[in-house]
Amino acid sequence: MSKERIKISEALYDIMPSDYQDLVKSATYGKDDRGWKDIGTSKELIEQHSLCAGCPESMAFRYIMASLPNPEDTVMVGSTGCTSLVFPMVAVHNIHSLFGNQNAIASGLKRALSVRFPGRIKDVVVLAGDGATVDIGLDMTLQAWFRQEKFTTICFDNELYANTGGQESGFMQKGFVAKMAPLGKQFEKVRLPEIARESGCHYVVQCTVSKPSLIEKVIRNAVHVAREIGPTYLQLYTPCILEIGKNSMEGLQEMRDSEKPTERFAYKEFISEPAKQLLAELAAKEKERKAAAKQLAGQAQA
Amino acid sequence: MAETKSLIGTQNKKGQTYTDPWKMLNEAPRTPSFFTGSEVIKEAIRRASCDIMIAYPITPQSEAAALIGELFAEGYVGDYFRGESEFAVMSQCAGASFGGARVFTTTAGPGTMRAMENFPMWAGARLPIQMIVTCRGINSPLSIQPDTLEISYLLNTGMLVWHAETAQDFFDWILKGFIVSEEPDVHLPLALCCDGFFVTHTKDVVQLTPADMCLPPYDPYRSPVPCMDMECPPVRMMRDPFIMKSNYISYATHASWQQEVWAAVERSRKHTIHWLNGLIDTENTDAEIMIVASGTAVSQGREAIRMLEDEGVRCGLVKVKTLRPWPEEEIREATKHAKHIFVPEFNVTGWLAKEIRATIPDHHRVHAGPHVCGGMTMPPEIIVSEIKTALGMKTFSLAGRGS
Repeated sequence: MSKERIKISEALYDIMPSDYQDLVKSATYGKDDRGWKDIGTSKELIEQHSLCAGCPESMAFRYIMASLPNPEDTVMVGSTGCTSLVFPMVAVHNIHSLFGNQNAIASGLKRALSVRFPGRIKDVVVLAGDGATVDIGLDMTLQAWFRQEKFTTICFDNELYANTGGQESGFMQKGFVAKMAPLGKQFEKVRLPEIARESGCHYVVQCTVSKPSLIEKVIRNAVHVAREIGPTYLQLYTPCILEIGKNSMEGLQEMRDSEKPTERFAYKEFISEPAKQLLAELAAKEKERKAAAKQLAGQAQA
Repeated sequence: MAETKSLIGTQNKKGQTYTDPWKMLNEAPRTPSFFTGSEVIKEAIRRASCDIMIAYPITPQSEAAALIGELFAEGYVGDYFRGESEFAVMSQCAGASFGGARVFTTTAGPGTMRAMENFPMWAGARLPIQMIVTCRGINSPLSIQPDTLEISYLLNTGMLVWHAETAQDFFDWILKGFIVSEEPDVHLPLALCCDGFFVTHTKDVVQLTPADMCLPPYDPYRSPVPCMDMECPPVRMMRDPFIMKSNYISYATHASWQQEVWAAVERSRKHTIHWLNGLIDTENTDAEIMIVASGTAVSQGREAIRMLEDEGVRCGLVKVKTLRPWPEEEIREATKHAKHIFVPEFNVTGWLAKEIRATIPDHHRVHAGPHVCGGMTMPPEIIVSEIKTALGMKTFSLAGRGS
């Protein structure tokens, strides 16, 4: 798809919703260097959402949608949970089907798009919560990685089941008292980044969403590596401020506190050799592009 | 958007010609071949222009699923892999179908049950996936033997459900099934069921269409819901959004969508009648005694009718081909002269008899039986015995304890 395809017939222009008109006017489909800095100056690919005020997941969503390298040819797959309250407001095609089957859906989807559009880029990105990724859907999460399915899995880790009211999840910290863990959680937080590395993911990052520039970088890397090499996994801490007893304005500080080097969301990254090589090539190309743009700008000035 | 003009008359990469389905299935010359049911599934898929097949081993469908892998290796199927469980496979099928592919899979018994959450999702999402169900026992203790109980669980999923009697049915219905379920006013998944082993593992003469003819490819842009490939605007499009607010509009939206799925099942009726030549087949509908059956119980019923004829008892037959859509009017009409209606079944609960009782007037006429289950065969003698007992005629005792 290109932006051409979403152009509105003049005869129908005035009856189209204004957010659609804005998408056609100023969304960043097809823009090479799109990123988080477009937020505020262009139409975002996410409209209003119904998450709680101050929810870090809503920030994460905005950064991700701004950073996808190829939204005009990206299909997203969600799962049941808080994320599925946002997906209807997202301006790329996306699928909700069942709870926990997101990586199975994405496996079939990616293969269908490869069969139907040979030689064309069609990215698939999964975005689901920790219940969907590490509990009910763990089997399908891992099996997609074993099979080297070429799509990105993003997990919004809020360390509990938020949408159903704060029950224990596999990503919850040991000892945390929650619904269904009345004596405190009895076992350690599942180490999925390490499991992802051992399961064949070529690019794995665990971080919080406190820094938009970091999210932009890891999203671009994860999508490019998945497109060219194999599965990639991002685990992003998006605390559920409601269920951990924080106020709306405290989400950012919670993430900053949790990403300190000694804390459980200290930045973690695993990159396979082929992925390192690809990312180095992409970085070199990017450098060339920027240099050329600078030169062009210089010429124009002169 | 991908090209949607007709490809009929052009060739695919294997040199098969995309052929008008009606001509291919009704006018093209047929070649008799001696095949197992599993091989027949392979031969049908060879001609089906299938984009993706996803496999998982479970008896008795493993052979068919593996044979389609060979077709993939030969280049007749776009992509193929082994999933990790039936639940995952049916979700992978959904993903491929959301992405606009023609999708085929096979399952059986416990696999059908494990995957069950997917089936109402398939129907609700209007994914025209075709799934072969080679029925086997589902309850503990474990059994791999034929038993049709699993079909009853599929009846309320919103899927089309057909029940093949023979390998010939299988060959024709696989191809016809894609055509019916992909109609824009239907666009629903199809569970094409057969009795495991009896159909999958026995050899039969099957009339095959020419191997150099195949169905036209699936066109996802004829779908009543948008294909998830980022090729069609508007781009703010989710499949399928939650309707979970606690208010009347939400309930009404969900209710109307469920009604639409079932309306689509009903709309499949006209296409199914056209392609399968009716939802039922009948013999001797003027008889006072009728056998109504589906699957291989039909074959056993036919044999029982021949045996009864030898004893001067005239008996008729209804072969139920489609369970969804349910041939209510057809069964009423075919059984209107009957005083006794016998429903032989390969399951313990007699779900077909219950469906028929709910359909016809004077339902005391329905004798739910004989039943066999757990892999037992159904000799025509027990159908004869059931009928003669009900009519007050002298019959043999199966238990051999004297009469």
